[in-house]
Amino acid sequence: MKRHLLSAADLTRDDAELVLRTAEELRSLADRPIKKLPALRGRTVVNLFFEDSTRTRISFEAAAKRLSADVINFAAKGSSLSKGESLKDTALTLEAMGADAVVVRHSASGAPHRLANSGWVRSSVVNAGDGTHEHPTQALLDAFTMWRHLAPKSGGSLDGRRVAIVGDVLHSRVARSNALLLRTLGAEVTLVAPPTLFPVGIESWPVETSYDLDSVLPKADVVMMLRVQRERMHGGFFPTAREYSRRYGLDGRRMATLQDHTIVMHPGPMVRGMEITADVADSDRSVIVEQVTNGVAVRMAVLYLLLGGSQPAVSTEGLSE
Amino acid sequence: MPAHLEPESAAAADTARTVMDGSDIGRALTRISHEILERNKGGSDLVLLGIPSRGVPLAERIAERIASVEGYAVPVGSLDITMYRDDLRMKPARALLPTQIPNGGIDGKTVVLVDDVLFSGRTIRAALDALGDIGRPKAVRLAVLVDRGHRELPIRADFVGKNLPTSLVERVRVRLLGVDDVDAVTILGSEGEGA
Repeated sequence: MKRHLLSAADLTRDDAELVLRTAEELRSLADRPIKKLPALRGRTVVNLFFEDSTRTRISFEAAAKRLSADVINFAAKGSSLSKGESLKDTALTLEAMGADAVVVRHSASGAPHRLANSGWVRSSVVNAGDGTHEHPTQALLDAFTMWRHLAPKSGGSLDGRRVAIVGDVLHSRVARSNALLLRTLGAEVTLVAPPTLFPVGIESWPVETSYDLDSVLPKADVVMMLRVQRERMHGGFFPTAREYSRRYGLDGRRMATLQDHTIVMHPGPMVRGMEITADVADSDRSVIVEQVTNGVAVRMAVLYLLLGGSQPAVSTEGLSE
Repeated sequence: MPAHLEPESAAAADTARTVMDGSDIGRALTRISHEILERNKGGSDLVLLGIPSRGVPLAERIAERIASVEGYAVPVGSLDITMYRDDLRMKPARALLPTQIPNGGIDGKTVVLVDDVLFSGRTIRAALDALGDIGRPKAVRLAVLVDRGHRELPIRADFVGKNLPTSLVERVRVRLLGVDDVDAVTILGSEGEGA
Protein backbone atom coordinates (compact mmCIF):
# COMPACT_ATOMS: atom_id res chain seq x y z
CA MET A 1 0.00 0.00 0.00
CA LYS A 2 1.03 3.59 -0.43
CA ARG A 3 1.73 5.70 2.62
CA HIS A 4 -1.56 7.56 2.30
CA LEU A 5 -5.09 6.49 1.47
CA LEU A 6 -6.44 9.42 -0.54
CA SER A 7 -8.38 7.75 -3.31
CA ALA A 8 -9.87 4.33 -3.90
CA ALA A 9 -7.79 4.39 -7.10
CA ASP A 10 -4.60 4.25 -4.99
CA LEU A 11 -5.40 0.64 -4.14
CA THR A 12 -4.25 -2.19 -6.35
CA ARG A 13 -6.37 -5.32 -6.35
CA ASP A 14 -3.85 -6.98 -4.03
CA ASP A 15 -3.97 -4.01 -1.65
CA ALA A 16 -7.76 -3.98 -1.61
CA GLU A 17 -8.01 -7.73 -1.04
CA LEU A 18 -5.44 -7.49 1.75
CA VAL A 19 -7.62 -4.85 3.44
CA LEU A 20 -10.69 -7.08 3.07
CA ARG A 21 -8.93 -10.16 4.45
CA THR A 22 -7.44 -8.18 7.33
CA ALA A 23 -10.86 -6.70 8.11
CA GLU A 24 -12.32 -10.21 8.13
CA GLU A 25 -9.87 -11.24 10.86
CA LEU A 26 -10.44 -8.03 12.80
CA ARG A 27 -14.21 -8.32 12.65
CA SER A 28 -14.16 -11.22 15.10
CA LEU A 29 -12.72 -8.85 17.70
CA ALA A 30 -16.19 -7.39 18.23
CA ASP A 31 -17.30 -10.75 19.71
CA ARG A 32 -14.52 -10.90 22.30
CA PRO A 33 -14.72 -9.73 25.90
CA ILE A 34 -11.65 -7.52 25.48
CA LYS A 35 -12.08 -5.53 22.27
CA LYS A 36 -8.52 -4.37 22.11
CA LEU A 37 -5.36 -5.22 20.20
CA PRO A 38 -1.92 -3.80 20.93
CA ALA A 39 -0.77 -3.16 17.36
CA LEU A 40 -0.76 0.66 17.42
CA ARG A 41 0.31 1.21 21.02
CA GLY A 42 2.06 4.55 21.33
CA ARG A 43 0.92 5.80 17.93
CA THR A 44 -1.19 8.90 17.63
CA VAL A 45 -4.13 9.19 15.25
CA VAL A 46 -5.67 12.63 14.75
CA ASN A 47 -9.24 12.87 13.52
CA LEU A 48 -9.31 16.18 11.69
CA PHE A 49 -12.91 16.91 10.79
CA PHE A 50 -13.61 20.18 9.01
CA GLU A 51 -17.09 19.00 8.11
CA ASP A 52 -19.77 17.55 10.36
CA SER A 53 -19.78 13.81 10.56
CA THR A 54 -20.97 11.50 13.25
CA ARG A 55 -20.66 7.97 12.04
CA THR A 56 -17.38 8.26 10.16
CA ARG A 57 -15.62 10.05 13.00
CA ILE A 58 -16.94 7.64 15.64
CA SER A 59 -16.04 4.72 13.41
CA PHE A 60 -12.45 5.92 12.96
CA GLU A 61 -12.20 6.72 16.66
CA ALA A 62 -13.40 3.24 17.67
CA ALA A 63 -11.05 1.65 15.14
CA ALA A 64 -7.99 3.54 16.37
CA LYS A 65 -8.83 2.93 20.03
CA ARG A 66 -9.37 -0.79 19.51
CA LEU A 67 -5.86 -0.92 18.08
CA SER A 68 -4.56 0.89 21.21
CA ALA A 69 -3.63 4.11 19.38
CA ASP A 70 -3.99 7.47 21.10
CA VAL A 71 -6.77 9.45 19.45
CA ILE A 72 -7.02 13.21 19.24
CA ASN A 73 -10.28 14.57 17.90
CA PHE A 74 -10.01 17.88 16.16
CA ALA A 75 -13.34 19.28 15.03
CA ALA A 76 -13.74 22.51 13.14
CA LYS A 77 -16.30 23.87 15.56
CA GLY A 78 -14.75 25.21 18.73
CA SER A 79 -11.19 25.14 17.40
CA SER A 80 -8.91 27.74 15.86
CA LEU A 81 -10.33 26.70 12.50
CA SER A 82 -13.48 28.67 13.22
CA LYS A 83 -11.20 31.62 13.97
CA GLY A 84 -9.80 31.54 10.46
CA GLU A 85 -6.72 29.33 10.72
CA SER A 86 -5.56 27.87 7.42
CA LEU A 87 -5.22 24.18 6.59
CA LYS A 88 -1.46 24.67 6.50
CA ASP A 89 -1.19 26.08 10.01
CA THR A 90 -3.46 23.37 11.35
CA ALA A 91 -1.27 20.78 9.66
CA LEU A 92 1.90 22.27 11.12
CA THR A 93 0.32 22.14 14.57
CA LEU A 94 -0.52 18.49 14.13
CA GLU A 95 2.99 17.76 12.92
CA ALA A 96 4.42 19.49 15.97
CA MET A 97 2.24 17.28 18.19
CA GLY A 98 3.67 14.16 16.57
CA ALA A 99 0.68 12.67 14.79
CA ASP A 100 1.40 9.36 13.06
CA ALA A 101 -1.80 9.46 11.02
CA VAL A 102 -4.25 12.19 10.15
CA VAL A 103 -7.77 11.19 9.26
CA VAL A 104 -9.17 14.16 7.43
CA ARG A 105 -12.62 15.15 6.32
CA HIS A 106 -13.02 18.41 4.45
CA SER A 107 -15.76 20.06 2.43
CA ALA A 108 -13.24 20.97 -0.29
CA SER A 109 -12.38 18.23 -2.78
CA GLY A 110 -8.63 17.65 -2.77
CA ALA A 111 -7.90 18.91 0.75
CA PRO A 112 -6.49 15.52 1.90
CA HIS A 113 -4.33 15.38 -1.23
CA ARG A 114 -2.96 18.83 -0.43
CA LEU A 115 -2.27 17.79 3.15
CA ALA A 116 -0.47 14.62 2.05
CA ASN A 117 1.63 16.06 -0.74
CA SER A 118 2.54 19.52 0.49
CA GLY A 119 5.32 18.40 2.82
CA TRP A 120 3.53 19.99 5.79
CA VAL A 121 3.17 16.71 7.64
CA ARG A 122 5.12 13.47 7.72
CA SER A 123 2.19 11.39 8.95
CA SER A 124 0.01 9.11 6.86
CA VAL A 125 -3.10 10.87 5.59
CA VAL A 126 -6.39 9.00 5.35
CA ASN A 127 -9.16 10.62 3.37
CA ALA A 128 -12.41 10.38 5.35
CA GLY A 129 -14.40 12.23 2.69
CA ASP A 130 -13.43 15.31 0.72
CA GLY A 131 -16.18 17.43 -0.81
CA THR A 132 -17.81 15.62 -3.72
CA HIS A 133 -14.60 13.78 -4.57
CA GLU A 134 -13.84 10.56 -2.67
CA HIS A 135 -14.48 8.56 0.47
CA PRO A 136 -12.23 5.51 0.09
CA THR A 137 -12.84 3.85 3.47
CA GLN A 138 -16.58 3.94 2.80
CA ALA A 139 -15.94 2.17 -0.51
CA LEU A 140 -13.79 -0.41 1.30
CA LEU A 141 -16.46 -1.10 3.90
CA ASP A 142 -19.10 -1.35 1.18
CA ALA A 143 -16.91 -3.75 -0.78
CA PHE A 144 -16.26 -5.71 2.42
CA THR A 145 -19.99 -6.00 3.10
CA MET A 146 -20.63 -7.18 -0.48
CA TRP A 147 -17.69 -9.57 -0.28
CA ARG A 148 -18.99 -11.16 2.93
CA HIS A 149 -22.43 -11.69 1.42
CA LEU A 150 -21.60 -12.58 -2.17
CA ALA A 151 -18.02 -13.82 -2.44
CA PRO A 152 -18.49 -17.17 -0.63
CA LYS A 153 -20.93 -18.16 -3.39
CA SER A 154 -18.63 -17.09 -6.23
CA GLY A 155 -15.19 -18.40 -5.39
CA GLY A 156 -14.08 -15.70 -2.98
CA SER A 157 -14.20 -12.69 -5.26
CA LEU A 158 -16.60 -10.07 -6.58
CA ASP A 159 -15.68 -10.79 -10.22
CA GLY A 160 -18.65 -10.22 -12.50
CA ARG A 161 -21.03 -9.22 -9.71
CA ARG A 162 -23.42 -6.45 -10.74
CA VAL A 163 -23.70 -3.45 -8.45
CA ALA A 164 -26.31 -0.72 -9.04
CA ILE A 165 -25.55 2.61 -7.36
CA VAL A 166 -28.67 4.74 -7.42
CA GLY A 167 -29.34 8.40 -6.72
CA ASP A 168 -27.39 11.60 -6.32
CA VAL A 169 -24.19 10.54 -8.08
CA LEU A 170 -23.28 14.17 -8.81
CA HIS A 171 -22.67 15.09 -5.17
CA SER A 172 -21.57 11.67 -4.01
CA ARG A 173 -17.99 10.92 -3.05
CA VAL A 174 -19.22 7.47 -2.08
CA ALA A 175 -20.31 6.73 -5.65
CA ARG A 176 -16.96 7.72 -7.13
CA SER A 177 -14.89 5.75 -4.63
CA ASN A 178 -17.15 2.74 -4.97
CA ALA A 179 -17.04 2.85 -8.76
CA LEU A 180 -13.22 2.89 -8.73
CA LEU A 181 -12.77 0.23 -6.07
CA LEU A 182 -15.43 -2.15 -7.34
CA ARG A 183 -13.91 -1.96 -10.81
CA THR A 184 -10.53 -2.89 -9.28
CA LEU A 185 -12.19 -5.84 -7.55
CA GLY A 186 -13.77 -7.03 -10.81
CA ALA A 187 -17.40 -6.07 -10.21
CA GLU A 188 -19.57 -4.37 -12.82
CA VAL A 189 -21.02 -1.08 -11.66
CA THR A 190 -24.12 0.61 -13.08
CA LEU A 191 -24.89 4.14 -11.92
CA VAL A 192 -28.56 5.10 -12.01
CA ALA A 193 -29.67 8.71 -11.66
CA PRO A 194 -31.69 11.39 -13.37
CA PRO A 195 -29.63 13.13 -16.10
CA THR A 196 -29.20 16.22 -13.93
CA LEU A 197 -27.51 14.23 -11.17
CA PHE A 198 -24.69 12.72 -13.24
CA PRO A 199 -21.40 14.62 -13.04
CA VAL A 200 -19.68 16.01 -16.12
CA GLY A 201 -17.20 13.50 -17.48
CA ILE A 202 -19.13 10.44 -16.32
CA GLU A 203 -18.23 8.81 -19.68
CA SER A 204 -14.66 8.42 -18.47
CA TRP A 205 -15.68 6.48 -15.34
CA PRO A 206 -15.31 2.70 -15.54
CA VAL A 207 -19.08 2.19 -15.25
CA GLU A 208 -22.35 1.78 -17.11
CA THR A 209 -24.97 4.46 -16.66
CA SER A 210 -28.74 4.37 -16.83
CA TYR A 211 -31.70 6.67 -16.25
CA ASP A 212 -34.11 3.79 -15.78
CA LEU A 213 -34.05 2.13 -12.35
CA ASP A 214 -36.66 -0.53 -13.15
CA SER A 215 -34.60 -2.01 -15.97
CA VAL A 216 -31.44 -2.26 -13.83
CA LEU A 217 -32.86 -3.78 -10.65
CA PRO A 218 -33.68 -7.35 -11.82
CA LYS A 219 -30.05 -7.95 -12.88
CA ALA A 220 -28.35 -6.43 -9.84
CA ASP A 221 -26.62 -8.45 -7.11
CA VAL A 222 -26.26 -5.33 -4.98
CA VAL A 223 -28.40 -2.20 -4.89
CA MET A 224 -26.81 0.78 -3.20
CA MET A 225 -29.05 3.77 -2.60
CA LEU A 226 -27.49 7.22 -2.21
CA ARG A 227 -28.88 10.09 -0.21
CA VAL A 228 -30.00 13.17 -2.11
CA GLN A 229 -27.56 15.74 -0.74
CA ARG A 230 -29.81 18.75 -0.60
CA GLU A 231 -27.27 20.74 1.44
CA ARG A 232 -25.00 20.71 -1.61
CA MET A 233 -27.77 21.53 -4.09
CA HIS A 234 -28.11 25.11 -5.18
CA GLY A 235 -30.56 24.77 -8.01
CA GLY A 236 -33.37 22.65 -9.39
CA PHE A 237 -32.03 19.18 -10.07
CA PHE A 238 -35.48 17.58 -10.12
CA PRO A 239 -39.01 19.00 -9.99
CA THR A 240 -40.21 17.67 -6.64
CA ALA A 241 -39.06 15.25 -3.97
CA ARG A 242 -42.15 13.18 -4.67
CA GLU A 243 -41.33 12.81 -8.34
CA TYR A 244 -37.73 11.90 -7.51
CA SER A 245 -38.77 9.25 -5.08
CA ARG A 246 -41.33 7.82 -7.55
CA ARG A 247 -38.72 7.40 -10.26
CA TYR A 248 -35.55 6.73 -8.27
CA GLY A 249 -36.66 5.62 -4.81
CA LEU A 250 -36.49 2.00 -3.71
CA ASP A 251 -39.86 0.87 -2.42
CA GLY A 252 -41.48 -2.48 -1.70
CA ARG A 253 -42.76 -2.87 -5.26
CA ARG A 254 -39.30 -2.38 -6.76
CA MET A 255 -37.72 -4.58 -4.10
CA ALA A 256 -39.99 -7.42 -5.22
CA THR A 257 -38.27 -7.40 -8.64
CA LEU A 258 -34.83 -8.14 -7.14
CA GLN A 259 -33.14 -11.54 -7.27
CA ASP A 260 -33.40 -13.60 -4.07
CA HIS A 261 -29.77 -13.08 -3.02
CA THR A 262 -29.61 -9.35 -3.81
CA ILE A 263 -28.67 -7.10 -0.90
CA VAL A 264 -29.72 -3.49 -0.34
CA MET A 265 -27.13 -1.02 0.95
CA HIS A 266 -27.03 2.63 1.96
CA PRO A 267 -23.98 4.58 3.13
CA GLY A 268 -26.10 6.62 5.53
CA PRO A 269 -27.47 8.89 6.70
CA MET A 270 -30.64 7.82 4.90
CA VAL A 271 -33.78 9.81 4.37
CA ARG A 272 -36.65 7.38 4.77
CA GLY A 273 -39.42 8.08 2.31
CA MET A 274 -37.08 9.84 -0.13
CA GLU A 275 -34.57 7.47 -1.72
CA ILE A 276 -35.64 4.41 0.29
CA THR A 277 -38.87 3.47 2.02
CA ALA A 278 -38.96 2.28 5.61
CA ASP A 279 -40.15 -1.23 4.71
CA VAL A 280 -37.12 -1.69 2.42
CA ALA A 281 -34.66 -0.22 4.91
CA ASP A 282 -35.92 -2.57 7.62
CA SER A 283 -36.26 -5.64 5.40
CA ASP A 284 -34.14 -8.81 5.49
CA ARG A 285 -32.27 -7.69 2.38
CA SER A 286 -31.06 -4.53 4.02
CA VAL A 287 -27.46 -4.71 5.30
CA ILE A 288 -27.37 -1.04 6.32
CA VAL A 289 -26.73 -1.68 10.01
CA GLU A 290 -24.08 -4.29 9.16
CA GLN A 291 -22.30 -1.67 7.03
CA VAL A 292 -21.73 0.37 10.19
CA THR A 293 -20.31 -2.64 12.07
CA ASN A 294 -18.09 -3.48 9.13
CA GLY A 295 -16.91 0.13 8.99
CA VAL A 296 -15.01 -0.25 12.26
CA ALA A 297 -13.30 -3.47 11.13
CA VAL A 298 -12.33 -1.99 7.76
CA ARG A 299 -10.94 1.19 9.30
CA MET A 300 -8.98 -0.91 11.79
CA ALA A 301 -7.55 -2.83 8.85
CA VAL A 302 -6.59 0.38 7.05
CA LEU A 303 -4.96 1.93 10.11
CA TYR A 304 -3.15 -1.31 10.94
CA LEU A 305 -1.83 -1.80 7.41
CA LEU A 306 -0.69 1.83 7.17
CA LEU A 307 0.79 2.22 10.67
CA GLY A 308 1.28 -1.25 12.14
CA GLY A 309 4.73 -1.93 10.71
CA SER A 310 7.86 0.02 9.96
CA GLN A 311 6.16 0.99 6.74
CA PRO A 312 2.80 0.29 5.09
CA ALA A 313 2.00 -3.29 4.15
CA VAL A 314 3.86 -4.54 1.12
CA SER A 315 1.78 -5.49 -1.85
CA THR A 316 3.08 -7.97 -4.37
CA GLU A 317 4.12 -5.12 -6.64
CA GLY A 318 6.80 -4.28 -4.11
CA LEU A 319 7.39 -1.33 -1.88
CA SER A 320 5.57 1.87 -2.65
CA GLU A 321 7.04 5.16 -1.61
CA MET B 1 5.50 -14.19 5.57
CA PRO B 2 7.33 -16.51 7.96
CA ALA B 3 10.84 -17.49 6.97
CA HIS B 4 9.91 -21.07 6.23
CA LEU B 5 7.59 -19.98 3.43
CA GLU B 6 10.42 -18.57 1.37
CA PRO B 7 10.90 -20.39 -1.89
CA GLU B 8 13.58 -22.99 -1.69
CA SER B 9 16.60 -22.02 -3.75
CA ALA B 10 18.52 -24.66 -5.62
CA ALA B 11 21.59 -24.16 -3.43
CA ALA B 12 19.57 -24.52 -0.24
CA ALA B 13 17.97 -27.70 -1.54
CA ASP B 14 21.43 -29.19 -1.97
CA THR B 15 22.33 -28.75 1.67
CA ALA B 16 18.91 -29.72 3.05
CA ARG B 17 19.06 -32.61 5.50
CA THR B 18 15.87 -34.40 6.45
CA VAL B 19 15.70 -35.02 10.18
CA MET B 20 12.09 -36.21 10.44
CA ASP B 21 10.00 -37.84 7.74
CA GLY B 22 6.25 -38.39 7.65
CA SER B 23 6.25 -41.45 9.91
CA ASP B 24 8.64 -39.80 12.40
CA ILE B 25 6.30 -36.82 12.63
CA GLY B 26 3.31 -39.15 13.04
CA ARG B 27 4.97 -41.07 15.90
CA ALA B 28 6.07 -37.86 17.63
CA LEU B 29 2.52 -36.47 17.47
CA THR B 30 1.06 -39.73 18.80
CA ARG B 31 3.47 -39.61 21.75
CA ILE B 32 2.71 -35.91 22.39
CA SER B 33 -1.03 -36.67 22.33
CA HIS B 34 -0.60 -39.37 24.97
CA GLU B 35 1.63 -37.12 27.07
CA ILE B 36 -0.97 -34.36 26.97
CA LEU B 37 -3.67 -36.79 28.12
CA GLU B 38 -1.44 -38.23 30.81
CA ARG B 39 -0.50 -34.81 32.15
CA ASN B 40 -4.11 -33.58 32.02
CA LYS B 41 -5.48 -36.85 33.44
CA GLY B 42 -7.79 -37.27 30.46
CA GLY B 43 -9.22 -35.04 27.81
CA SER B 44 -11.58 -32.96 29.93
CA ASP B 45 -11.39 -29.16 29.78
CA LEU B 46 -8.63 -29.28 27.17
CA VAL B 47 -8.42 -26.72 24.36
CA LEU B 48 -5.80 -27.03 21.63
CA LEU B 49 -4.76 -23.77 19.96
CA GLY B 50 -2.44 -23.94 16.97
CA ILE B 51 -0.29 -20.94 16.10
CA PRO B 52 -0.67 -20.22 12.36
CA SER B 53 0.35 -21.26 9.96
CA ARG B 54 1.82 -24.69 10.72
CA GLY B 55 0.79 -24.98 14.34
CA VAL B 56 -2.82 -25.29 13.18
CA PRO B 57 -2.56 -28.57 11.23
CA LEU B 58 -0.39 -29.95 14.06
CA ALA B 59 -3.09 -29.08 16.61
CA GLU B 60 -5.69 -30.74 14.41
CA ARG B 61 -3.64 -33.92 14.13
CA ILE B 62 -3.11 -34.06 17.88
CA ALA B 63 -6.87 -33.58 18.35
CA GLU B 64 -7.57 -36.50 15.98
CA ARG B 65 -5.28 -38.75 18.00
CA ILE B 66 -6.83 -37.66 21.30
CA ALA B 67 -10.28 -38.31 19.85
CA SER B 68 -9.29 -41.85 18.82
CA VAL B 69 -7.97 -42.59 22.33
CA GLU B 70 -10.58 -40.82 24.46
CA GLY B 71 -13.52 -41.17 22.11
CA TYR B 72 -14.58 -37.55 22.03
CA ALA B 73 -13.49 -34.43 20.17
CA VAL B 74 -11.28 -31.91 21.96
CA PRO B 75 -11.93 -28.30 20.89
CA VAL B 76 -9.31 -27.08 18.40
CA GLY B 77 -8.68 -23.52 17.30
CA SER B 78 -6.02 -21.16 16.10
CA LEU B 79 -4.38 -18.13 17.67
CA ASP B 80 -2.75 -15.48 15.49
CA ILE B 81 0.00 -13.60 17.29
CA THR B 82 0.92 -11.08 14.57
CA MET B 83 -0.25 -7.99 16.45
CA TYR B 84 1.50 -9.11 19.64
CA ARG B 85 4.93 -9.60 18.08
CA ASP B 86 7.74 -7.59 19.60
CA ASP B 87 9.22 -6.97 16.15
CA LEU B 88 5.97 -5.65 14.64
CA ARG B 89 7.47 -2.20 14.16
CA MET B 90 10.66 -3.49 12.57
CA LYS B 91 9.17 -4.80 9.34
CA PRO B 92 6.43 -3.67 6.95
CA ALA B 93 2.91 -4.32 8.24
CA ARG B 94 2.16 -8.03 7.99
CA ALA B 95 -1.00 -9.76 6.89
CA LEU B 96 -3.03 -11.20 9.75
CA LEU B 97 -3.63 -14.93 10.03
CA PRO B 98 -6.83 -16.53 11.30
CA THR B 99 -7.72 -16.59 14.98
CA GLN B 100 -10.46 -19.08 15.72
CA ILE B 101 -11.36 -19.57 19.36
CA PRO B 102 -13.59 -22.64 19.96
CA ASN B 103 -17.15 -21.89 21.07
CA GLY B 104 -16.60 -22.86 24.71
CA GLY B 105 -13.91 -20.19 25.07
CA ILE B 106 -10.76 -20.70 27.12
CA ASP B 107 -11.82 -19.50 30.58
CA GLY B 108 -10.99 -22.16 33.17
CA LYS B 109 -9.69 -24.56 30.49
CA THR B 110 -6.25 -26.03 30.07
CA VAL B 111 -4.96 -24.50 26.84
CA VAL B 112 -2.27 -26.34 24.93
CA LEU B 113 -0.49 -24.04 22.51
CA VAL B 114 0.82 -25.93 19.48
CA ASP B 115 3.57 -24.67 17.20
CA ASP B 116 5.96 -26.23 14.73
CA VAL B 117 9.36 -24.92 15.89
CA LEU B 118 10.38 -23.49 19.26
CA PHE B 119 13.35 -21.18 18.77
CA SER B 120 13.82 -17.80 20.50
CA GLY B 121 10.61 -18.16 22.51
CA ARG B 122 9.35 -14.78 21.32
CA THR B 123 6.40 -16.23 19.42
CA ILE B 124 5.24 -17.99 22.58
CA ARG B 125 5.65 -14.81 24.63
CA ALA B 126 3.41 -13.07 22.10
CA ALA B 127 0.94 -15.97 22.23
CA LEU B 128 0.72 -15.69 26.03
CA ASP B 129 -0.10 -12.00 25.69
CA ALA B 130 -2.71 -12.76 23.04
CA LEU B 131 -4.29 -15.40 25.29
CA GLY B 132 -4.55 -12.88 28.10
CA ASP B 133 -6.79 -10.69 25.94
CA ILE B 134 -9.08 -13.59 25.14
CA GLY B 135 -9.66 -15.11 28.55
CA ARG B 136 -8.14 -16.67 31.65
CA PRO B 137 -7.20 -20.31 31.16
CA LYS B 138 -6.66 -22.55 34.17
CA ALA B 139 -3.26 -23.47 32.76
CA VAL B 140 -1.30 -22.97 29.55
CA ARG B 141 0.97 -25.69 28.17
CA LEU B 142 3.17 -25.71 25.12
CA ALA B 143 3.57 -28.49 22.58
CA VAL B 144 6.07 -28.16 19.72
CA LEU B 145 7.13 -30.52 16.98
CA VAL B 146 10.76 -29.36 17.09
CA ASP B 147 12.75 -27.60 19.81
CA ARG B 148 15.86 -26.18 18.17
CA GLY B 149 17.24 -24.35 21.22
CA HIS B 150 18.67 -20.81 21.30
CA ARG B 151 16.04 -19.44 23.66
CA GLU B 152 16.08 -15.67 24.24
CA LEU B 153 13.33 -15.70 26.88
CA PRO B 154 12.64 -17.90 29.91
CA ILE B 155 10.22 -20.20 28.09
CA ARG B 156 10.23 -23.97 27.69
CA ALA B 157 7.99 -26.52 26.05
CA ASP B 158 5.96 -29.10 28.00
CA PHE B 159 5.70 -31.51 25.08
CA VAL B 160 8.44 -31.82 22.46
CA GLY B 161 8.37 -33.96 19.33
CA LYS B 162 12.12 -33.81 18.79
CA ASN B 163 14.96 -31.88 20.37
CA LEU B 164 17.10 -30.69 17.50
CA PRO B 165 20.44 -29.14 18.38
CA THR B 166 21.19 -26.56 15.70
CA SER B 167 23.58 -23.74 15.04
CA LEU B 168 22.25 -20.22 14.57
CA VAL B 169 23.20 -20.15 10.88
CA GLU B 170 21.02 -23.15 10.14
CA ARG B 171 17.34 -22.93 9.30
CA VAL B 172 14.80 -25.51 10.36
CA ARG B 173 12.02 -26.00 7.88
CA VAL B 174 8.82 -27.84 8.74
CA ARG B 175 6.53 -28.93 5.96
CA LEU B 176 3.14 -30.48 6.65
CA LEU B 177 0.53 -32.04 4.39
CA GLY B 178 -2.41 -29.69 4.07
CA VAL B 179 -0.17 -26.63 3.94
CA ASP B 180 2.67 -28.16 1.90
CA ASP B 181 2.95 -31.15 -0.38
CA VAL B 182 4.88 -33.37 2.03
CA ASP B 183 5.43 -34.15 5.73
CA ALA B 184 9.06 -33.43 6.59
CA VAL B 185 11.40 -31.55 8.91
CA THR B 186 14.63 -30.46 7.24
CA ILE B 187 17.68 -28.46 8.26
CA LEU B 188 18.95 -26.04 5.66
CA GLY B 189 21.96 -23.87 5.09
CA SER B 190 24.57 -25.39 7.38
CA GLU B 191 28.11 -24.76 6.18
CA GLY B 192 30.05 -27.73 4.88
CA GLU B 193 27.30 -30.25 5.64
CA GLY B 194 25.85 -31.72 2.49
CA ALA B 195 22.93 -34.09 2.28
